[in-house]
Amino acid sequence: MSEGLVHLLQLLVSGVVTGGIYALVAMGFVVVYKATRVINFATGEFMMLGAFFAWTAMGAVQAPFVVALLAAVAASALLGMATERLVLRPLLGQRTISVIMVTIGLAAIFKGLAQIAWSGDYRSYPSIFPRAPIELGPILLPSRQFYPFLIAVAAIALVGLGFRFTRTGVAMRATADDQMAAFGMGIDIRRIFSLSWSLAAMTAAVAGIVVGIIGGISPQLGAIGLRTFPVVILGGLDSIGGALVGGVIIGVLENLAGGYVDPLLDGASLKEVVPFVVLVLTLMVRPYGLFGTREVERL
Amino acid sequence: MLIGNYKETYASDEALFRTPATRAWMGAAAVAAILFPFVAGDYVLYLANLMAVLALSAVGLNILVGFTGQISLGHAAFMGVGAYATAILASRFGLPFWISIPAGGALATGAGMIVGAPSLRIKGLYLAIATLSAQVIFEWVFTNWTSVTGGIRGLNVAPASIAGFRLDTDERIYFLVLGVTVVHFLLASNLRRSRWGRAFVAVRDRDVAAEIVGVNLFRTKILAFMVSSYYAGIAGGLWVYFTKVVTPETFPLSLSIQFLAIVIVGGLGSIKGTVYGTVFMTLVPEVLKAGTGLARVVWPAAQSYLFPLRDVVFGLLIVVFLIFEPHGLAEVWNRVKRFFSLWPFEK
Repeated sequence: MSEGLVHLLQLLVSGVVTGGIYALVAMGFVVVYKATRVINFATGEFMMLGAFFAWTAMGAVQAPFVVALLAAVAASALLGMATERLVLRPLLGQRTISVIMVTIGLAAIFKGLAQIAWSGDYRSYPSIFPRAPIELGPILLPSRQFYPFLIAVAAIALVGLGFRFTRTGVAMRATADDQMAAFGMGIDIRRIFSLSWSLAAMTAAVAGIVVGIIGGISPQLGAIGLRTFPVVILGGLDSIGGALVGGVIIGVLENLAGGYVDPLLDGASLKEVVPFVVLVLTLMVRPYGLFGTREVERL
Repeated sequence: MLIGNYKETYASDEALFRTPATRAWMGAAAVAAILFPFVAGDYVLYLANLMAVLALSAVGLNILVGFTGQISLGHAAFMGVGAYATAILASRFGLPFWISIPAGGALATGAGMIVGAPSLRIKGLYLAIATLSAQVIFEWVFTNWTSVTGGIRGLNVAPASIAGFRLDTDERIYFLVLGVTVVHFLLASNLRRSRWGRAFVAVRDRDVAAEIVGVNLFRTKILAFMVSSYYAGIAGGLWVYFTKVVTPETFPLSLSIQFLAIVIVGGLGSIKGTVYGTVFMTLVPEVLKAGTGLARVVWPAAQSYLFPLRDVVFGLLIVVFLIFEPHGLAEVWNRVKRFFSLWPFEK
């Protein structure tokens, strides 16, 4: 195979890997948005806390990775529930600006607390996976990208199937579809809100651990939450499938821009800004995204 | 409590400061502000300048968020546009500050018009995300358009000077910064009572109803974006002459968030609340700094917790104000005033 083609394939594959992780993060946004019409600007910080929970479990009690992962997910679920109950519920039905700002405030609190608890240093998990890179034909994929990617895909599949087939999942979808009707059919809306936040915190924790394995853990890990907005908007704010497709599209685009355009720009990185350009274009052409519900409002 | 304050002329009805007491307080404040730099120390003066610039920018955001009900997470970027335009005009073309600052404001207005244009189609969360991407894209341009913005190293600007008098110390620039800020605050107070100001409020309260009574939604929203970014641009220009340097890191997303925090803590839609909010949000970190400085005596590690603690307190203030005091410090102040004017007959 020619060198150019291998380069392209390499970029595509690492784009899909990045995209899978974006999709998992995006899922955290979508779950909360579907149920409560809130965009959680603290998603990145939930990820960061989840990553630190797992790191602490592995470091302090020497827990095996799977146990640490589950412990972090459980702790995050509680945190998500508490957040909904204490902070978001008093603001139900308030202006959008209040709801956005309260999650931004939460992000600042979490970041500060993490820095106090774990200091600002970079940490990394003890090595968990076999070190040998994975060979996919002519392409080499580092093992610390491949295995986390598998975890991300498994988590996405789990959440997706849960939404589709479990009783609670159906209740969540019903609530997202029509709150009043769902309430009328005896679904406890408050419980759904609370469950949605804890589910979002759980996916965020897994995403945080995945990102932590790839790039190390620090209180700055949450910055990736911001970079996921293009994915969520492109896919459609209330569509789980959209998060998946959007994640892969943005991940691939980003890597193509990084691989082909950045070497030509001296020092500048188009990779960083491409997702946001896509975001602006999406908002101009199709604000509800590829698969989002089209909300018609005439003015 | 206003009792027996009869208005007998149109002039008194239209006055900005309505009662003799308000006028007296405002006069006293003006005298205090003029005498301030002669008694204040260097650091206090620096803080005062900083607060004046931040307040000017924040009042612009309050016009957009508090009056018109639009959301912007990109306010710092508009400030950056104004700052870079001012800095480039001043350093490359040698224009004096009284041209370069308004020109910066004008350019920021244009940027606001472009970013605000989608506000007709999208609102609420989507608008927040659109302005967020504007912030990211502008920041990227500031960093990477090296030939114009000087890249990471930024641009240095000579001090402002007027008729050979150089405004090169904090003390001298104070009068420029304060003067511009006060004028713009008065303009904002008057804007609120004008036809356009009422249109802003109508759009905020119910856009459909506003449209029906004849408010042109698109023009009103765009105008709010333009006015808001004009304020940010002017504040950016003042910032340039105040710090004499402008770099891409000066106008990050966190500054946009800080402006929103100022507006919320001060009081959405309240002009004087913006002042309280700015002073409060600037002084809280200073108090924390002093507090950890004191704690260091007994606990040497205290200093290293200053920055994380600042984040925590910043976030807590936003959350607590939103949940318990959504009308901000302006409302707290009114309540205190009411208590004293009614005492001992409250309740």
